[in-house]
Amino acid sequence: MAEPLLELRNLRKAYGALVVTDDVSLAVQPGELHAIIGPNGAGKTTLIHQISGTLRSDSGSVLFAGQDVTSLSMPQRVGRGLARSFQITSILPGFSALENVALAVQARSGSSFRFFGNASQEKALNQPAMDCLQQAGLGARAHIPSGLLSHGEKRQLELAIGLATEPKLLLLDEPLAGTGHDESQRVVETLRRLKGRLTIVLIEHDMEAVFSLADRVSVLVYGRVIATDTPGRIRANPEVRAAYLGEEEMV
Amino acid sequence: MTELADTASAPAPSLSTRFEVVPIVLFAAFAAAPLFATYSGAEGYVLSLLTRVMIFGIAAMALDLILGYGALVSFGHAAFLGIGGYAVGILATHGIEDALIQIPVALVASALFALVTGAISLRTKGVYFIMITLAFGQMLYFLATSLAAYGGDDGMTLSSRSLVAGSRILKSDFAFYWMCLICLLGAYAFSRSVVASRFGRVLRGTRENAIRMEAIGFQPFRFQLAAYVISGMMAGLAGCLLANQAEFVSPAFMTWQRSGELIFMVVLGGLGSLHGAIIGAAAFLLLEEFLPEILHGVSFFLAEETRAHLAENWKMVFGPLLILIVLFVRGGIMGLLRRPRHG
Ligand SMILES: Nc1ncnc2c1ncn2[C@@H]1O[C@H](COP(=O)(O)OP(=O)(O)OP(=O)(O)O)[C@@H](O)[C@H]1O
Ligand SMILES: [Mg+2]
Repeated sequence: MAEPLLELRNLRKAYGALVVTDDVSLAVQPGELHAIIGPNGAGKTTLIHQISGTLRSDSGSVLFAGQDVTSLSMPQRVGRGLARSFQITSILPGFSALENVALAVQARSGSSFRFFGNASQEKALNQPAMDCLQQAGLGARAHIPSGLLSHGEKRQLELAIGLATEPKLLLLDEPLAGTGHDESQRVVETLRRLKGRLTIVLIEHDMEAVFSLADRVSVLVYGRVIATDTPGRIRANPEVRAAYLGEEEMV
Repeated sequence: MTELADTASAPAPSLSTRFEVVPIVLFAAFAAAPLFATYSGAEGYVLSLLTRVMIFGIAAMALDLILGYGALVSFGHAAFLGIGGYAVGILATHGIEDALIQIPVALVASALFALVTGAISLRTKGVYFIMITLAFGQMLYFLATSLAAYGGDDGMTLSSRSLVAGSRILKSDFAFYWMCLICLLGAYAFSRSVVASRFGRVLRGTRENAIRMEAIGFQPFRFQLAAYVISGMMAGLAGCLLANQAEFVSPAFMTWQRSGELIFMVVLGGLGSLHGAIIGAAAFLLLEEFLPEILHGVSFFLAEETRAHLAENWKMVFGPLLILIVLFVRGGIMGLLRRPRHG
């Protein structure tokens, strides 16, 4: 097996007595779409926070592309190619959709300590930004102030911003949360197209989407990974079924 | 909500050009004012008042750069007026009277002070940031009062205005007025450029959502610090001019009340619209200047004694008036200009 792109070693995080991430070890292979599922409050978002550097871990380490990035800040990890999206939409509401994405392009295209020249007119930033918007299916809404987009469109924008940072690995925290059927289909299609080109860690409650997209699935319950396997075998796993009993119907 | 709807229906470019008429009118008015001053019969008075307006316009604009575009509420910005003023005063007492030396020294001193205090203050957020910038401002204020060699509490009178390349050109109030106007215009053009640039976009983005900016790879601290330094230098320049205008420097340049006034000017004019800060400074200073007369005038229906009383205690009206404007004119004066019909 190839060297994993992302490797978590014994990650831990506790809020007081509540252990939210409990000795999590996980390896994500280059190019795979690795889904993480688990009931509400299992600690999925917390895990994403820890991987992306939004939140410090109590102990354990995060290895990315063979290097220990545990002590790096979020912007530094983004620089290495580790980008994330947010479960609760996090955009710049006063900026147009295009500018939201163009800023992400700007972040990795040379210095931002430039005090002259109108950034919003820079073709070198707007062109790649437009491409990302189109990939996320939002091309037609590029010039709308992003605060005015519909909830589903904002989710698409999150995805486009993530793509624009040109990550090696994209951490997606429930990209389908709260989207309507059509929008959700569009995002799933986008993910399907990205699959293979990009390593993706996908957190999602929509089991239909998870099982149709994922190469491998990890199940997180009370902060512990209870299983990591192919979608087919996860579905059949009795322990997983037990964890989900009364929570949700497994497809 | 109506505001958002407005921006949605209007395409972005025309939105920015629609209001360009305001700065053009503003600067045209400043350019025409000396002419008016000549015919007013109170030339010296009008010129000196408007010169003050322009100088505070620069300082308020400097503050707007970080307050309006970076949401950094500095409550110690008057310190930079003091640094600029004392740079001129102290150098002058040592025989260095040329603005070509004084101003660069003032800018470097302001930049250093901003770099050090900013690096510390910017580690904090919200109210803590306000308090720590206030504390640094007060620190400098007390330092100035203790400078016995440079007048201590009383400050010092300059023997004359600064020279420019050895020439006494600024002795003329007109020449000094034009110099201030050029500085104002320069500071405005530079600020406009900064705000629209890559750098400014990061600053604006951080104001809206710092976490998102980090998540796309920016380290907001660096940009905020750089903006703080730029803003401090600009306010330092205003301090140089202020010392020359008053031909006097004192710790009063950098009281916390002065810092508060600067914030007020920015909010009054409308946050985040550079020329708004200039208009805010003008409105503030002109109100301060003419409110006694205005009060006397509008209270014609009252007894003469009461009218005199009112005019005398104009500050009792000034404060509440400012608060009412800020409360009820959202977006400040620029907010009013933007939506003249449906406020
Ligand atoms: N800042 C915090 N302080 C205390 N407890 C927290 C904090 N953040 C999260 N938690 C708790 O940690 C647990 C895991 O939260 P997390 O958001 O990671 O779950 P999740 O798996 O993403 O849930 P969901 O599916 O609802 O998004 C929850 O019990 C939550 O209440
Ligand atoms: Mg979550």
